[in-house]
Amino acid sequence: MQKIRLVVAMLMLLNVIAAQPKLQVAIQLPVGFTSKVVANDLGRVRHIAVNSNGDLYMKLDRLVNGKGIYRLRDKNGDGVMEDTLAFGNYTGTGIGINNGYLYATSDQTIYRYKFDENQNIVNLDQPEIVVDGLLNKRQHASKSITFDKVGNLYVNIGAPSNVCQEQDRQKGSPGLTPCPILENAGGIWQFNTSKTNQTLSDGIRYATGMRNALGIDWNNEVNDLFVTIHGRDMLYQYFPEMYNQKLGAELPSETFYRVKKGDDCGWPYIHWDHFQNKKILNPEYGGDGKKEGAPNAISPLVGFPGHMAPNALLIYSGNQFPAKYKNGAFIAFHGSWNRTPEPQEGFYVVFVPMKNGLPTGKWEVFADGFSGMSPVTNLSAAKHRPTGLAQGEDGSIYVSDDKAGYVWKISYNK
Amino acid sequence: MRIKLAIFGLGLMLLSNFSNAQTSVQGKSKQMLNGKKVYDMYCQACHQADGNGVPRLNPPLAGTVYVTGSKTRLIDIVLNGLTDPIEINGEEYNNPMAAHSFLTDQQIADVLTYIRNSFGNKAGTVSVAEVKKQRAKK
Repeated sequence: MQKIRLVVAMLMLLNVIAAQPKLQVAIQLPVGFTSKVVANDLGRVRHIAVNSNGDLYMKLDRLVNGKGIYRLRDKNGDGVMEDTLAFGNYTGTGIGINNGYLYATSDQTIYRYKFDENQNIVNLDQPEIVVDGLLNKRQHASKSITFDKVGNLYVNIGAPSNVCQEQDRQKGSPGLTPCPILENAGGIWQFNTSKTNQTLSDGIRYATGMRNALGIDWNNEVNDLFVTIHGRDMLYQYFPEMYNQKLGAELPSETFYRVKKGDDCGWPYIHWDHFQNKKILNPEYGGDGKKEGAPNAISPLVGFPGHMAPNALLIYSGNQFPAKYKNGAFIAFHGSWNRTPEPQEGFYVVFVPMKNGLPTGKWEVFADGFSGMSPVTNLSAAKHRPTGLAQGEDGSIYVSDDKAGYVWKISYNK
Repeated sequence: MRIKLAIFGLGLMLLSNFSNAQTSVQGKSKQMLNGKKVYDMYCQACHQADGNGVPRLNPPLAGTVYVTGSKTRLIDIVLNGLTDPIEINGEEYNNPMAAHSFLTDQQIADVLTYIRNSFGNKAGTVSVAEVKKQRAKK
């Protein structure tokens, strides 16, 4: 009897230890995959990174208890990340781990923190400044980052504009040719990580013609940069004579590009139209919904339905998931607002199968249900909004949410 | 006789008061109706159908003194747009709002009356004269 009591007590204790935060929503995944909430209620968790020892780093766009970076660690190896470390007194989006450093960004500065041999940060309160003074005009100001294999850092400097009009977001205001914003924003800049205290002029404009390439990752299979870009707003609201309400919700495409040095993706002159499969001249630049433009701009690999906001990109290099996922792309869609009054779309993670840097099939929804409702008629009611992606050493992936501050770990269990 | 006249007069006054009130109720409901049309066309895309806006980007119209408070400040925002950083209920919003001075005084009065009395808001109406006065100050 005593033994039974003891077992019951132990079971109850285990239950308490393993207690998961209350699940707001059920995440739907393909057969064989499971998800687990590993962080919750941290507010605006933007991009995330996982270190080789399993530590999860989260960049917050609103301070929680005065801190903008949170680290979760499983200290006792029981599979639960119970240990929390908070540091960094600035908000922002970008975070990444490269060559012994944790990099984190505010909307104008790229900082880095050095790891010791135990994967602990040695300069929590005194990060090095890698690049400072990046353009921050609030609109599209998130500085997402990635790294290549030879010591370069790539940062998205979004255009502080919808479509480079004389008067931003003013109905009827003409587009500027050439667009002056492209000089110091609207593209990806490359910096060498062997130097600190750099400014924009120390970097090179690696690629241009991007409104806001918030999703950014290096593809190690083909050794190239891949990005996802947020397309322009307001085609229907500004040009109802060319785009009806439904078309204005579907267009322009959100886009996924492979980018080489010197490439131009065509913003602000064109948008991608996944129905016509063409680069369509924006009406602010003389377009009529059919005329093509920007002949020298590259075309995307995939055009997704409009306004879904591809906030993060992860090229999967792990071995845990089935073979079809290897070298393919996961994209976290934050969910739309510019489809109103049509229902909102997105709020999921999609997968694009790829080989040799090219899609091998149609994109599919991989993880769904984050919004907690279908359809989403009011954005404000969506429970979670996927924002960041990371891959763990074991091949699991992580998805962050900047609405309620959750992070899910997704694994394949056969 | 005099008393009868006085009662008659009082009755007339009451009647006219009543009909004034009725006109203003009718006026308000007409403003609400027309204001919604303006809202759907020019405001809804950013501020959303439920007036809650978009986190980080477009401010809410529900439950903020920017909407239910000073009418002159509110009229100015519509006429001039808003590009300065704005914090509402502890949240910052980053998308600029374009000037909407192309709307008529009537449209602005209607849409502001609409947003001041929708999404759970309850505040006074905005008149054409009030918009005209602000526009003249520019």
